Amino acid sequence: MEWRPILSTLRRHRIPASLLVLEIALTCAIVCNAVFLIGQRLQHMQMSTGIDEHALVQIQLAEIEPSPDIYARAREDLAVLRQVPGVQAAALTNQVPLGISSSNSSIKLDLAQRQPTLNAGTYFGLDLPQTMGARLVAGRHLQADEATNVDVVLKALATGDAKQLPAVTVITQAMAQRLWPGQNPLGRTFYIGPVGVRVVGVLADLARANAYNDATAHYSMVLPVFMGVGQNQSYLIRTRPQDRQAVLKAAVAALKKADPQRVVTRQRTYDEVRSKFFENDRAMAGILVGVIIALLTVTALGIVGLASFWVAQRRRMIGVRRALGATRRNILNYFQAENFVLATFGIALGMLLAYAINLFLMLHYELPRLPAIYFPVGAVVLWVIGQLAVLGPALRAAAVPPVVATRSV
Amino acid sequence: MFGYYFHLAVRSLGRNRVLTALMVLALGLGIGACITTLTVLKLLSGDPIPQKSARLFHPEVDPLPAQGYVPGQSKPPWGGLMPYADAMNLLHAGKAERQAVMALTQAKVEPRQLGQKPFFSDGVMTTAAFFQMFDAPFKYGSGWSEGDGESRARVAVIADFLNDKLYAGRNSVGETIRINDHDYRIVGVLKPWSPQPRFYAVGLGGHSYGNGDAVYLPLQSARADGMDPQNVSCWEAADIKHLETSPCVFVYVWVELADAADAGAYETFLSNYAQQQIATGRFHRPEVALPDVMRFMRDAQVVPDDVRLQAGLAFGFLLICVVNTVGLLLAKCLRRSREIGVRRALGATRRTIFAQFMVESALIGLAGGVLGLVFAELGLWAIRHQPAQYAALARLDLAMFAFTFVVAVLASLLAGVLPAWRACMLTPAPQLKAS
Repeated sequence: MEWRPILSTLRRHRIPASLLVLEIALTCAIVCNAVFLIGQRLQHMQMSTGIDEHALVQIQLAEIEPSPDIYARAREDLAVLRQVPGVQAAALTNQVPLGISSSNSSIKLDLAQRQPTLNAGTYFGLDLPQTMGARLVAGRHLQADEATNVDVVLKALATGDAKQLPAVTVITQAMAQRLWPGQNPLGRTFYIGPVGVRVVGVLADLARANAYNDATAHYSMVLPVFMGVGQNQSYLIRTRPQDRQAVLKAAVAALKKADPQRVVTRQRTYDEVRSKFFENDRAMAGILVGVIIALLTVTALGIVGLASFWVAQRRRMIGVRRALGATRRNILNYFQAENFVLATFGIALGMLLAYAINLFLMLHYELPRLPAIYFPVGAVVLWVIGQLAVLGPALRAAAVPPVVATRSV
Repeated sequence: MFGYYFHLAVRSLGRNRVLTALMVLALGLGIGACITTLTVLKLLSGDPIPQKSARLFHPEVDPLPAQGYVPGQSKPPWGGLMPYADAMNLLHAGKAERQAVMALTQAKVEPRQLGQKPFFSDGVMTTAAFFQMFDAPFKYGSGWSEGDGESRARVAVIADFLNDKLYAGRNSVGETIRINDHDYRIVGVLKPWSPQPRFYAVGLGGHSYGNGDAVYLPLQSARADGMDPQNVSCWEAADIKHLETSPCVFVYVWVELADAADAGAYETFLSNYAQQQIATGRFHRPEVALPDVMRFMRDAQVVPDDVRLQAGLAFGFLLICVVNTVGLLLAKCLRRSREIGVRRALGATRRTIFAQFMVESALIGLAGGVLGLVFAELGLWAIRHQPAQYAALARLDLAMFAFTFVVAVLASLLAGVLPAWRACMLTPAPQLKAS
């Protein structure tokens, strides 16, 4: 391949050539960053919750008349739910993983500490890990006799008398690792406010309800506090995946029958919880995919248009070359090589731009650095698109007969 | 003359249909994307109360303990939520033209009619000056007085849509409405009123967009009846049954000043208040803040990052489309050097050639604008089906409609300048000779 004539031709058509380079560069820069953003969203959407997602349904109720005894009401509801055919387990919880509405606590390792060590999602409930299907990797589950009713907890907090409070908890491996790196967490104590809590069990994983940040998404603990019925409480039911809809319907009917003075504010499978949590990310990823396709199409069409004109303008030159012995393949290769040169300049400039945009995004949107792998992949994509786009005009150029050289126009 | 250029442009564009279509399509796509994202951005960052947003301020104090305090490096936490006691102190000090304290609660409304089920809606617990301060217009009756709040009177103002739903739109002042298991007497019915976003409660919970709150109750009365605020934060273990005296924040204070220039004086007052509280040992941090409506919304990040990113992306896209059009127009103009040569030889001036090419570009721009409008409508239709609170509000308004064409013609003229310049600088002789 002879490169010199290509470069000298481009030098004579500096403005159209540089416009094409600029277009490729901008496309390259935006596409690299958009693909990176999509990757970030997809990765976030893959977040594990550590629970048996396809086997769970959630029901939330609001009472019209306040229950005289919120604990008795909840215990009765749970008994009713466990009678519903197909229900394997049921539990009362104040939140569900990825449920958005959350309860959290600041945790200290030492009461004298000025700043909390971390902030963790705080689940209140009994049998909660078992019902959700969160796997226990060390220690034991919370036991029924360790449960405390929530009003006792509130009273103790108000008076500062911590003797009555739940003194045990089950935490996730991620939280244990962060609190005591490399050590056995069983039997150790941390503090929620002034109250010391002893770790008796470790769960493989349990995501928190407000898992927006990947780094802290898996800091969760379960406290044996019995909340009773209330606005923010909901029932989690475990069943076989294929029975979920039927069980959901039957469970709602059973709960309403037990106390007709209530409205169901929420009834959904856990899959819907996950889907709802990530809906913004999914929408954004969809928009980005649309933009990438539109951008690459516009750029490809731009290349086709410009190359077509270039070919039409150089018909005489092509005819002369053909008359002087150039084969069709030579002409084809010439235009392909020309496009390759332009694309290469564009890509080189585009990489710099992509890096600059990434730096800007890192500064304003807390994004990580663009991994180096995006650069070669982006380059190959644009080279391929450039070659595909130029193929049509280049073939038309190759079809120009040598006799054109002899005509005056 | 213009008519002739127009004729020439149409003929020239008709000669290269594919290319023309390509340019119009690219421009249309870019403009459609820009108008879609700009509409959303405008919707989200718009001024919810333009007539007095510069005179409404949101006082903020920092009630956190001395622990972990680094002077100069902290600012009022929780987006300016305030402890009840301080909010009431500011209210009673009355240093501003008007001031109100507010929190949101979930209101269970029980219709009197048999067979209608109770339903939940957003309720505002606030103080008397709320309605006048935010220019909430009354259809029937009026608000309540400061005295009603102090005496825990069970009075309520309801929204237009709730009045329609419960009383079929008739004057319901004097009727009794059952809210969260307590009977309240209706003293006022609002006209349709729903600032977008609901700036006064951004961060208090509930929805920022939509048709507004359903009921308005005196804060003290509602709290006495056990209604809980939607958003509570505590900095120490607290008894959440007695929020008023606990180390917790759950209310906003808004103040209206006679003039935006009085903000300095009010901030001094606020600063002195914080110092006083430090002297009594209640506060430990002297930082205060007094943002106006627009700054408050900026601080609260009312416009999501994703929307900004999308707008940036759309402008990058339009830029590429414009570069693309420049390239294609230029290529086209180079091919027409003979035509230009002939016209110049026949006496056309450079100015005429330039004008002719610009008319052609503008024509492409107008066509791109029309197509862009179609794409924008499509884009907004897609936005309306997105899972966002503001989704239903995403519609093209008249200003944006006009703006589309301004952007389209500007973009195409910008794209046309270089080719037109090249065309008019051609010397006629060589072009004629070459043929």
